[in-house]
Amino acid sequence: MLSAQDLRLTFNPGTPIETKALRGLSLEIPTGQFVTVIGSNGAGKSTFLNSVSGDQSVDGGTIKIDGLDVTNMPVWSRAERVARVFQDPMAGTCEDLTIEENMALAQCRGRFRKLSRAVKAEMRDLFRERLAMLGLGLENRLTDRIGLLSGGQRQAISLLMAALQPSRILLLDEHTAALDPRTADFVLQLTCRIVEESKLTTMMVTHSMRQALDVGSRTIMLHQGQVVLDVSGEERARMDVPDLLQMFEKVRGEKLSDDALLLG
Amino acid sequence: MSLFSLLGAVEIGLIFALVALGVYISFRLLRFPDLTVDGSFPLGGAVCAVMIVAGFNPWMATLGATLAGAAAGLLTGWLNVRLKIMDLLASILMMIGLYSVNLRIMDGPNIPLITEPTLFTQLQPEGMEDYVLRPLVLLVIVVLAKVLLDWFFATERGLAIRATGSNARMARAQGINTGAMVLLGMAISNALVGLAGALFVQTQGGADISMGIGTIVIGLAAVIVGESILPSRRIVWATLAVVLGAIVYRFFIAAALNSDFIGLKAQDLNLVTAVLVTLALVLPQLKRKLNARVS
Repeated sequence: MLSAQDLRLTFNPGTPIETKALRGLSLEIPTGQFVTVIGSNGAGKSTFLNSVSGDQSVDGGTIKIDGLDVTNMPVWSRAERVARVFQDPMAGTCEDLTIEENMALAQCRGRFRKLSRAVKAEMRDLFRERLAMLGLGLENRLTDRIGLLSGGQRQAISLLMAALQPSRILLLDEHTAALDPRTADFVLQLTCRIVEESKLTTMMVTHSMRQALDVGSRTIMLHQGQVVLDVSGEERARMDVPDLLQMFEKVRGEKLSDDALLLG
Repeated sequence: MSLFSLLGAVEIGLIFALVALGVYISFRLLRFPDLTVDGSFPLGGAVCAVMIVAGFNPWMATLGATLAGAAAGLLTGWLNVRLKIMDLLASILMMIGLYSVNLRIMDGPNIPLITEPTLFTQLQPEGMEDYVLRPLVLLVIVVLAKVLLDWFFATERGLAIRATGSNARMARAQGINTGAMVLLGMAISNALVGLAGALFVQTQGGADISMGIGTIVIGLAAVIVGESILPSRRIVWATLAVVLGAIVYRFFIAAALNSDFIGLKAQDLNLVTAVLVTLALVLPQLKRKLNARVS
């Protein structure tokens, strides 16, 4: 379970370019829920995700994961609880290392790293089995450098890596945004499958309203560093993209074009 | 080239193979441009020489030098990780600081070891020339170091260091304390350099404050030469390449200095090194350009 209470963060305080990125953002995600997050450019989506992962420290508020206060923990010590896939397909893997070495790194997430062999024989079997799930033939290329693969292939492997070890929350930061439409669709299907199989508590930022409604079981919208819309269940099932836009306008009392959200 | 100067080149080449392995760890694996080497090489030499003169066993002295090198690397890493000083600058600060430290340790600009026992005099069997023995002992040490590094960088811990250098953000997201990995990697790197310094003073008959000048360039030259002989990102091959690079590089230098018709003298060594490194850096670019034009 993720519990964020009254998160506040200001970039460049006291300067002409001061930006209030988070203004008292509060959110609770129960265990096993798959939440999609939308919002326009600068709404605070990425900042929020980064504050949960620890990449960004907040000025105020608390973040708890399964009751444990992680607000002041560095990224690496939260990693035991938080799994993450980045927007940039190159960011989630080490291009100099082989496929199996990258997966071995993820296999150790949140564990003490010992002086035993990183890639063990039984691990290879597991990696092959998982890679076969992708249907890309990567299970025969364990010792290839991951830098040789395409962005889509690397993003798919990043997803597998995120699910190798149990985590309390999976963070997906527009992880299909940098891919071509077909690959993006493939990675999205894979995401749903992995989340479903492992019953992962998941938060996925997306720029597509369509995706936000189709995937997962709850949708929240951020605007100016706050949660302005939170729909789930029946209400969400009946919604379509225009409804979402309309609700947004009603909540904020201002006109907003679909473009601004799509480009976010 | 006579057998004597040939074995001499191998001997120095093997010592600098240890430096090159250290430079490979910092520059290539950690992507940390580390000039500490110019200070940790004479530091190893100074500590070793002082300990031998003080009556310590040469093996203990060599171990002491290795640990001193590790401490220097640790401090450079700490300046960078904790005090947030830019990597290159942190290492330059250490290099400059170590110059004074080395003078203090030696209590003067040099310490002769000609009459003192060394690793090599202790191992010297009856009827074997010392210029044959030295390269043999060094070869064993270098092979041991290479095998140990190959093993270490294939462990969970070693892989964490490689991930830190390759993609620090990803490494952190996988639960790797990247700051600690930089410290560990820098300590290992400079420990190898300190060890090389200790072996250098024991083969050259003494420590000298100026022995560190240009160590980093020679180490880097060895890495670059090695990578062009044997290009591979697999650790096992990369470490072999680096060792070969150090020896081959030394042959080039010996050949250049021994060929009368070129007219080079020993004092031209650093300039020759600088020119060779420049060539090694520029040639791959030229080759790419030529290839692009042909195709």
